[in-house]
Amino acid sequence: MLSFNQYVRAQSLEEAYALCQKKANVVLGGMLWLKMQNRTVGAVIDLCDLGLDQIEESESEYRIGAMVSLRRLETHAGLNALTQGAMAESVKNIVGVQFRNVATVGGSIFGRFGFSDVLTLFMALDAKVELYHAGIMGVKEFAQLPHQIRDILVRVIVPKTERKTVYLSMRNTATDFPVLTCALSVLGGRYSCVIGARPMKAALYEDEKGLLAEEITPITAAAFAEDVASRADFDSNIRGSAGYRRTICEVLVRRSVLALQEV
Amino acid sequence: MMEIKMTLNQKTITAAIEPDMLLIDFVRSQGCLSVKRGCETANCGLCTVLMDGVPVLSCSVLAARAAGHRIDTLEGLQEEAEEFVGFIADQGAEQCGFCNPGFVMNTIALLRENAEPSDDEIRAYLAGNLCRCSGYEGQLRGIRAYLDWKKEAK
Amino acid sequence: MEQKLKAVGKPVRKKDAMQLLLGKPAYVDDITPSDALVVKVLRSPHAHALIESIDIDIALKVPGIAGIYTYKDVPGKRFTMAGQTYPEASPYDRLLLDQRVRFVGDAVAIVAGETAKAVDKAMRLIKVTYQVLEPVLDFRTAKDNPILVHPEDNWRALCEVGADNRRNLCASEDSGHGDVEAVFADCDEIVEHTYHVKACQQAMMETFRTYTEIDRYGRLHVISSTQIVFHCRRIIANALDIPKSMVRVEKPRIGGGFGAKQTVVAEVYPAFVTWKTKRPAKMIYSRWECQTAGTPRHEMEVHVKLGATKDGKMRALDLYTLSNTGAFGEHGPTTVGLSGHKSIPLYTGGREAHRFHYDVVYTNVQSAGAYRGYGATQGLFALEIAVNELADRLHMDPIALREKNIVREGMVMPAYYGEMANACALDRCMSRCRELFDWDKKAPVRDMGNGKVRTAGMALAMQGSCISCMDVGSATVKLGDEGFYNLVIGAADMGTGCDTILAQMAAECLECPVDEIEVFGADTDVSPYDSGSYASSTTYITGKAVEMACEELKGNMCKIAAGMMECDVKEVEFTGDGVRKLDGSSFVSRFEIASKSMNFNNIAAQTTATHSSPVSPPPYMAGMVEIELDKETGKVEVLDYVAVIDCGTIINPNLARIQAEGGIVQGIGMALYENVTYSPKGRITENSLMQYKIPTRLDMGHLRVEFESSYEPTGPFGAKSIGEIVINTPAPALAHAIFKATGVWHRTLPITPEKILMRLEDE
Repeated sequence: MLSFNQYVRAQSLEEAYALCQKKANVVLGGMLWLKMQNRTVGAVIDLCDLGLDQIEESESEYRIGAMVSLRRLETHAGLNALTQGAMAESVKNIVGVQFRNVATVGGSIFGRFGFSDVLTLFMALDAKVELYHAGIMGVKEFAQLPHQIRDILVRVIVPKTERKTVYLSMRNTATDFPVLTCALSVLGGRYSCVIGARPMKAALYEDEKGLLAEEITPITAAAFAEDVASRADFDSNIRGSAGYRRTICEVLVRRSVLALQEV
Repeated sequence: MMEIKMTLNQKTITAAIEPDMLLIDFVRSQGCLSVKRGCETANCGLCTVLMDGVPVLSCSVLAARAAGHRIDTLEGLQEEAEEFVGFIADQGAEQCGFCNPGFVMNTIALLRENAEPSDDEIRAYLAGNLCRCSGYEGQLRGIRAYLDWKKEAK
Repeated sequence: MEQKLKAVGKPVRKKDAMQLLLGKPAYVDDITPSDALVVKVLRSPHAHALIESIDIDIALKVPGIAGIYTYKDVPGKRFTMAGQTYPEASPYDRLLLDQRVRFVGDAVAIVAGETAKAVDKAMRLIKVTYQVLEPVLDFRTAKDNPILVHPEDNWRALCEVGADNRRNLCASEDSGHGDVEAVFADCDEIVEHTYHVKACQQAMMETFRTYTEIDRYGRLHVISSTQIVFHCRRIIANALDIPKSMVRVEKPRIGGGFGAKQTVVAEVYPAFVTWKTKRPAKMIYSRWECQTAGTPRHEMEVHVKLGATKDGKMRALDLYTLSNTGAFGEHGPTTVGLSGHKSIPLYTGGREAHRFHYDVVYTNVQSAGAYRGYGATQGLFALEIAVNELADRLHMDPIALREKNIVREGMVMPAYYGEMANACALDRCMSRCRELFDWDKKAPVRDMGNGKVRTAGMALAMQGSCISCMDVGSATVKLGDEGFYNLVIGAADMGTGCDTILAQMAAECLECPVDEIEVFGADTDVSPYDSGSYASSTTYITGKAVEMACEELKGNMCKIAAGMMECDVKEVEFTGDGVRKLDGSSFVSRFEIASKSMNFNNIAAQTTATHSSPVSPPPYMAGMVEIELDKETGKVEVLDYVAVIDCGTIINPNLARIQAEGGIVQGIGMALYENVTYSPKGRITENSLMQYKIPTRLDMGHLRVEFESSYEPTGPFGAKSIGEIVINTPAPALAHAIFKATGVWHRTLPITPEKILMRLEDE
């Protein structure tokens, strides 16, 4: 368990930002991952009073506050309609309802964890993150930043478009960490395939060879799947070997292409 | 030390705590012994409490974060629990009982959200409540028997 | 056998059900003071090392620390932590703290302080230098390995089990009947393979925990989550080297055990602290400690050679087990025996020869212990897959093959101590299971068209009911004011509901409602002697003791009543609500008898009976599972599991069914999800519930359980047992189904999607 001597409920983003500049301080999201660390920090900074637990809808986008829980994402009618149910699909296997009521979208994305279903999906949605200091950037760009960022993730922005999305994952047990995640979306004929839990974090693979440009058939789907699987990097850990991941990557991508036809 | 104030089982309480105290340890120190610890990795669901009516893992929430909020443990929801737990008892599915409080709390949350869940919905909602004794089937039978009884009573 | 029963056989609610469901305080950490000293153990980071120096000076200065103890502070007489009848079969190879550490997680120092934070801080400040030694990590290389896990001179084996610490041998034996090699030479078909089961964890929801204090007599009072109060008393006294009379052990409600708490795991540490400091102490194991320094199933490699005729008559069976007992020998010599003794007899029908031999070896990994099934699980995993493979090779239906060879009621079982199967409905279990499951429809492989196939597998199982000629069960029944009864037992209800079941039996004997029997268990100062709740003995042995005690009490109540009615005891009879004169002229109620018993009375209104059995009648079980297997990812979904069990007379159908369902899900976990792997240095990777995946309610499909009754003449009301057998069918049944779907026999558990997809037969 994380040990600390000071708990601060930030009363403004400015205050939170200022406090997190200190190396000894830590910003709390859902705290689920921080809780499992056996170390001592100086102060923890809680954002829970900053009204970041709201999902705002405008004509062009959804603005999801960083403290919105994964459970709220799961049950949000608008987000699920926008993503053809992929939003719920991406989080519903994560441990349990109680866990998802505590885990936040901000914490999940900020962590840029390899196993993250959430990161996989939001990257495929071409979502953006808004950092207090660094401003707005794509999830893809954010994922590439160095691990240690002394900034506050304020909200995640999902654009409202005609994009269609499908989410699949492979897990050894129903609510375990994924062995592999796969989110596939298409907008204006352009496919974005995101593969995560490789075990490395989500990465985007586009249809550079135009394999899906003509039509979607089991053959073109298989070709695209093989292409993505050959381009992606995989590694081994206790949940699976690199070889297994590569094999099921092909399967999940192919299935997601075909499933995308159905949504 | 810091002082926190929250509503615990409908009573306002004030207490001095160490800032890194977890909600599970806080509520247990306040006499809510139903809340159990079963793991360190947020996997078992034994420590489920309601925070502003929403089921959360008290092992992963700071007592300090819960300050200013409404916390309910099984000690404060006895009547609501009594309405259906007899049906679990009628199956013998409580077994060692260690998972019971978390399971009962989460079932209360489920039924408040969805008064007529299907078997699949029940299983999915309670997926985060582990049980090693009963094999889960008896708990489902119990909830189903309760829901059938409730429907009949209408 | 038809019995007219009023309390036995009824689905009575457990006596503690509502208290548990409503979250009332009932467990160790709920009912003991929260300001007891916090006790933790500093654990070795090395699999094998000698402590060269251990410096606790700075740690002792941490405010709130009450004591820090090292190997220099503890008694030097070795003992065992195994909950077994004395003299224990398990070797005396333990010290409270040892200079040699033998697995990653082995105890190095005991730290006691007023708060957890103080203890954690002190633990970080203890300076240990280790002479790191080469460990023995692969149990296949352990026997006669020059690296010895227990080279010490004062290691000893109290019983002749074939142990030799100089060879890393904890036990070894060779037995059989007939000439297996000669028969094999004459067989048409031989199936010969090695099967591997890992050191799975019980993963009960309540971790190991114990509270200790000095009571008003200056004795050590222990309140622990244990299945074995009497063994616990002895072991703690041994560990502390104090007289047994100075220790009292009791158990409150227990959050699950499954055998884990048949070994003294946590108790000795707070006991030592309290004995030294005279202050109350409490130790609560973390889940991490349960997973890495607990007492899991013995890893076993079982080599099966099965010989048969081409029309399916099994003629010879050779079973060799290599069992890994880990760093210490608890339950090592005993679990291995079941791998053969509780599997081979399943096919008694006409078998001409069998051989059962084994070696149990020490290694530098977590010490194994007792887990439901206790070796039978591993043996049956191997044997049932071999039998299924035989059926496949002979192109025979696996049910038909078994029908030709299984043990049937009335047969003598040479591989089972020569006992006769007096109550055996295995044949009916199998045929009923086939019907209920719809084997004929589900067994063939069906292509679902989406890359998935469905098919089914099956397995049989047996176990025992108590350890014959050893387990002792007792019961005290007392008549109280107004005629209610107290039933005092030494067996431990760990959630199974044995308190309730025994009350049902007492109610049946005493012809009263179950509500009028109040149960207490267990406390070494108060309870009559009971070996404890393990070996599936409580219903069968303690139940019989309950029956006997009730019979005696009825006799005494008749004597008291006869005195009240001024007649001879031969002229009266017990009627449940009281005692009446046979000629109908007089009657005294239970209330009146109770009152009389407390007033100028020389006849005991409380009786105690003790029981042991020369036999261990096996329960039997058939299990069938339907799966859907995704051929493109290897993922297996359990759709439907049907089990039919013969446990003799069922005392409480609800509790029996739940035992079965719980055991089946544990078995599914063991077969598909629960893995144990080690780093090259011997550290366990699956050290939390995040990594060690026990089934959730989404991982087990649907379960259906039924019973086929038989009548065991030596059991109370004809009962046998059910507690352990229930975990034995899923692993072989699933391996069978997976073979049907893929054509590959997986012989190492767990059978993961990756193994299935990549067609990895063995590791």
